[in-house]
Amino acid sequence: MREAYGRALAEYGVADPRVVALDADTSASTLSTFFARRFPERFFNIGIAEPCMVDVAAGLALGGFVPFVNGFASILSLRALEQIRTCVCYARANVKIAASYAGISDFKDGASHYSITDLANVRALPEMTVIVPADAAEGAAWVPLVAACDGPVYLRISRAGTLPVYRPGTKLEIGKGLTLRDGKDLTLVAAGSMVGRCARAAQELAARGVDARLLELHTLKPLDRDLILKAAGETGALVTAEEHSLIGGLGSAVAETLAEACPVPLERVGIRDRFCPTGRDLDKLMDMCGLSIAELVAAAGRVLERKTSKTFNRKGHDVVPEGQGTQSINSESL
Amino acid sequence: MKTLTPEKIAELEEIARQLRVDSLRLVTRRGAGHPGGALSAAEIMAVLYFHTLRIDPENPAWDGRDRFILSKGHASALLYAALSRRGFFPMAELDNWGEVDCPHQAHPDRFKTPGVDMTTGLLGHGVAVGTGLALAARLKNLSYRTFILLGDGECQAGIVWEGVTTAAKFRLSNLTAILDCNDVQLDGPVHEVMPLEPLAERWSACGWHVEEVNGHAVRQVAEALELAAEIHDRPTLVLARTTKGKGVSFMENSSYWHGNAPNAEQLRQALVELGEEVCSG
Repeated sequence: MREAYGRALAEYGVADPRVVALDADTSASTLSTFFARRFPERFFNIGIAEPCMVDVAAGLALGGFVPFVNGFASILSLRALEQIRTCVCYARANVKIAASYAGISDFKDGASHYSITDLANVRALPEMTVIVPADAAEGAAWVPLVAACDGPVYLRISRAGTLPVYRPGTKLEIGKGLTLRDGKDLTLVAAGSMVGRCARAAQELAARGVDARLLELHTLKPLDRDLILKAAGETGALVTAEEHSLIGGLGSAVAETLAEACPVPLERVGIRDRFCPTGRDLDKLMDMCGLSIAELVAAAGRVLERKTSKTFNRKGHDVVPEGQGTQSINSESL
Repeated sequence: MKTLTPEKIAELEEIARQLRVDSLRLVTRRGAGHPGGALSAAEIMAVLYFHTLRIDPENPAWDGRDRFILSKGHASALLYAALSRRGFFPMAELDNWGEVDCPHQAHPDRFKTPGVDMTTGLLGHGVAVGTGLALAARLKNLSYRTFILLGDGECQAGIVWEGVTTAAKFRLSNLTAILDCNDVQLDGPVHEVMPLEPLAERWSACGWHVEEVNGHAVRQVAEALELAAEIHDRPTLVLARTTKGKGVSFMENSSYWHGNAPNAEQLRQALVELGEEVCSG
């Protein structure tokens, strides 16, 4: 995804002279180097000083530019978080945070480099828009939209390739989720690298007679509540999936929405409050960290069981009418 | 270099006195704020807003204006007094300062107070943000200068030095920082809490041109700011040696008055010392 992003940024720089880029000695990793080579006068390498990079970007934004800040998600969302909050969000500076190496995609470098709390950190900031592309093509497609959006944006970029899901030409709109597959039994809600995995899981579920809907919530903030609540009402059971801690990310955002407006059974697939190990192979590492397709299928089974279970439909909370959108399936059969 | 006439010097000194009076009245009215660091920077702000800065109160968003960032945002009372006296908004807007319906925040908010170029509050951001503003001027080929006022205690924050290093790398001669070096911070003397000297040598070693002045001598401050415009290959630091709480005997060099508001009687005493006619009772 990073290469597609990097090339897209360089490409967009031609169209929009307001765009400038900054990096923190990671341009060969984030691949902001494509922009740097094309527009050396509009590229600023700040060295290993992410907080300073964010502040300098805020100044450039005040001066009328549209700065893209490039760095590792773990450092930007933690070490530079105060700068992002104060000088970008509170000061409403038009800065774009392109947070690369997100999730556990930097699998060779291990837990110090993983970014599994970034979405929780930036989602809590007023004025921030949070976007998590699903694959390389989508990461590239977001660049012009992010640049054109007036205000702070956090764009989460994976170091790795992910299963391709984005069909070029699909209209992307900030805050509007995509229905990638219709279905009536349950809804898989995913962002980032887990969208492709959920698409595979939906196929497996279909083979077992379960009709799963798939929503891609590329925008964590503002969250597409309408799409979530529609799915909750129509399918009565949700599974969220994210390459992020279960604390504070997509699963939390969906849980908050359901709890307030339509409490149907929810299972969350993500990283369970732990530091993940170093790996040799990202796919295997993701599987091991609880993000496997098998885990998605199992979560679907659990949520369906809860949906049909009497214990959930307690008196006065009969939000899922008996029989609606359910099938005679349980986790055993999966 | 333009020589300041004796009349201009007297005028700036009188403005500094008025800014001290305003600041103390504002902090007292709000029952909160930071009098010590406002009093130490009164001459600096008088020179900036009534001599150096190219600004237009009728057009606060003028693209060509000089930029100013109050990195030590807790000296907001002093900034508001200067902006108001310079004509950006009527002082009466601060009558209910501290109430939720007052537009002017405890610390400067660039969307709520006309003339404020950057929202500040937490210490340390000024030099780095100013670096971005100065880079933007260079990229756009605009001649505005960017000025930052920061405190010495603030220089304990690593982000300040990240900004100092970055501004030097890009040789931003259109960037001028003024360091209100009053040697007092919230918990006590700066040289005890966390020593920073030799500040002039440190900034100089980082690639800045340094002018050391008496921060209460308006002529020295004004001349240093003018000289900075003549340095074409690096940013300039005006290292202003000041006295915290300057002008009010019981506030001078006291960390207590870093962040406490005077009561009515203390304000009365302070205003008398500042030569303000105070109605008795």
